[in-house]
Amino acid sequence: MANKGKPVVDRERCKGCLLCVRSCPVKVLGVDDSPNSWGYYPMRVIDETKCIACGNCYTVCPDVAVTVWKL
Amino acid sequence: MAEEKKLMKGNEAIGEAAIRAGCRAYFGYPITPQNELTAYMAKNMLDKKRVFIQAESEVAAINMVYGAAATGTRTMTSSSSPGMSLKQEGISYLCGADLPAVLVNVARSGPGLGGISPGQGDYFQATRGGGHGDYYHMVFAPKSVQEAADLTYEAFDLADKWRMPAMILADGLIGQMMEGVVLPEERDLASLPEKPWAAGQGGGPRHVSSCILVPEELEAAVRVRFARYEEVRKAETRFEEVNIEKAELVFVAYGTSSRVALGAVELAKKAGMELGLFRPISLWPFPSARLAELAAKGKRFLAVEMSMGQMVEDVRLSVASSAGAGKADVQFYGRCGGVIPSEEEVLAEARRILGK
Amino acid sequence: MELTYGHPKSLKPIQTKYCPGCGHGVIHRLVCEVIDELGVQERSVIMNPVGCSIWADLYFDFDSVQVPHGRTPAGATGVKRCLPDHLVVCYQGDGDLAAIGTAEIIHAANRGEHFTGIFVNNAIYGMTGGQMAPTTLIGQKATTAPYGRDPGEAGMGYPIRVCELLATLEGTRYLARGAVNTAANTRKTKQYIKKAFEMQLRGEGFGLVEILSPCPTNWAMKPGEAVEWLEENMISFYKLGEVKNTIDAASASPATKEATR
Repeated sequence: MANKGKPVVDRERCKGCLLCVRSCPVKVLGVDDSPNSWGYYPMRVIDETKCIACGNCYTVCPDVAVTVWKL
Repeated sequence: MAEEKKLMKGNEAIGEAAIRAGCRAYFGYPITPQNELTAYMAKNMLDKKRVFIQAESEVAAINMVYGAAATGTRTMTSSSSPGMSLKQEGISYLCGADLPAVLVNVARSGPGLGGISPGQGDYFQATRGGGHGDYYHMVFAPKSVQEAADLTYEAFDLADKWRMPAMILADGLIGQMMEGVVLPEERDLASLPEKPWAAGQGGGPRHVSSCILVPEELEAAVRVRFARYEEVRKAETRFEEVNIEKAELVFVAYGTSSRVALGAVELAKKAGMELGLFRPISLWPFPSARLAELAAKGKRFLAVEMSMGQMVEDVRLSVASSAGAGKADVQFYGRCGGVIPSEEEVLAEARRILGK
Repeated sequence: MELTYGHPKSLKPIQTKYCPGCGHGVIHRLVCEVIDELGVQERSVIMNPVGCSIWADLYFDFDSVQVPHGRTPAGATGVKRCLPDHLVVCYQGDGDLAAIGTAEIIHAANRGEHFTGIFVNNAIYGMTGGQMAPTTLIGQKATTAPYGRDPGEAGMGYPIRVCELLATLEGTRYLARGAVNTAANTRKTKQYIKKAFEMQLRGEGFGLVEILSPCPTNWAMKPGEAVEWLEENMISFYKLGEVKNTIDAASASPATKEATR
């Protein structure tokens, strides 16, 4: 079943607060194990196929570091 | 039809001159002895559908001025000594953001609550900048209702021209007395100067701010402003001289105390004594160069103020920079607490100094 | 593929200086989303106060006016009175509004000024490093309340509910309190902001939206813990919802009725 949405993270913009990870109802998001140039461990999309394009991640993100595309 | 002469209270003449100069936003707060000005603005600004607010405090009023000035609107506030103290932070911000505005201080006696009669103890605050940081703003001291109106009217142009506040430093006597005044003609609001830097014109974004956190950048901005201050010094320094050439002793006095000193000059003349008056009209920029010239010619000075002596320090600084530095004699005579010196006592002091 | 949740046009696409998990970033975005939706970027002015959000003029891509600490409502009064057709947003933190600027916000509200207040309540002083604010909760620790805010012995006073305080003033027409600690609360907050901005553009008096916002750094918590602490501690004291709304009945535009259903 193709996913309905696609979250895209801006690794450099993300400060690793991970509020998006907590807010994702289908647990699509996780933590990257390598830091960005600021030294933050940014969010990483773990399983895009389950994304339902609800936009929670975008809504809670303080830095517009994640955008969501509807497929 | 030439404007005819009217009998007006100083406070009201200042208000009318501001309205004619195109003041479109006035923010005030009640404080004696400038209340007639706020009341005059209330009626006449509202009649003309311009912005008038009696603010909740002088602090709020000066920040409303800041907001209005940030949009390029000609704006003014007025108060008296204690109220001016409350406005100093806002004035520092106006200077730090290069915002034009007209500030009227109808000064009274201090410190603290002090009294409500005229005083000149706000000189340092006005000319040194009572707020924080390196800044100055123009300060003009009228000695009559006519001059109060003229200087207020011109202050709006000068503030816009130099992008900085212009203060009218009057006092309770000038504000409260009535004299004949010929008012300047109404300025056409459509012909006010353009302000490309102002917020609210679209095509932005424009940021009106005094906040510069990188030290070198703030220093550069301050130095640019101080270069402009030098231009203001060259262009806007103003003073008046009476009977200086023949004077054995020159009074240095501004505003109300210059009227008293002028009286002493006239009394002296009747008694066959030659005294003179040097009257600074711009207190900042202070007319130092001219005083230095007079000192170099050997003139002696007696500063007369309604304070314990503040402008006298500028006279001493000016004289010290003259060719015959150190030789020139600068004395001081002052009354404070709201007491206005009499011509006789000022003349008596001149006689004491001259040993006559 | 269509971008459904993308960067608002009126918010500059740069990383902010705000701490990870700070609510300012969310609130800045909400303000800009609404300004984009109302199409008023060209005639918007943000008043940026003194506090963490003094950076506002770096991030909002429209005119800004920066004023002394606490005087934002007075500055906004001057701006709005001279630019009546502009959207003027008076953005403040809790130190700026409820401590040094109390007189200014009360009298601007009481005059029914036509700008809109965006009041970020994070129950602490942020920029200056975590001092007690007028909105700090009883028992909540701060650098100036090391053992927790104590209204009794130490006389540190009580947290101030600003919306309720302003509601008693006739000049206020719309006062709502939202929060940005969850997606749901954030969406609700955006609706309040939209309503307040629309009301301003209709010229209907004073509106303010108070927004509970996490401050992980000065609460000494991880962002995830901060949004939970806010849920469990702040929302019970600072009730969410429309505290005062005298506009809906009168003439809310169909768009807002639909949006707030």
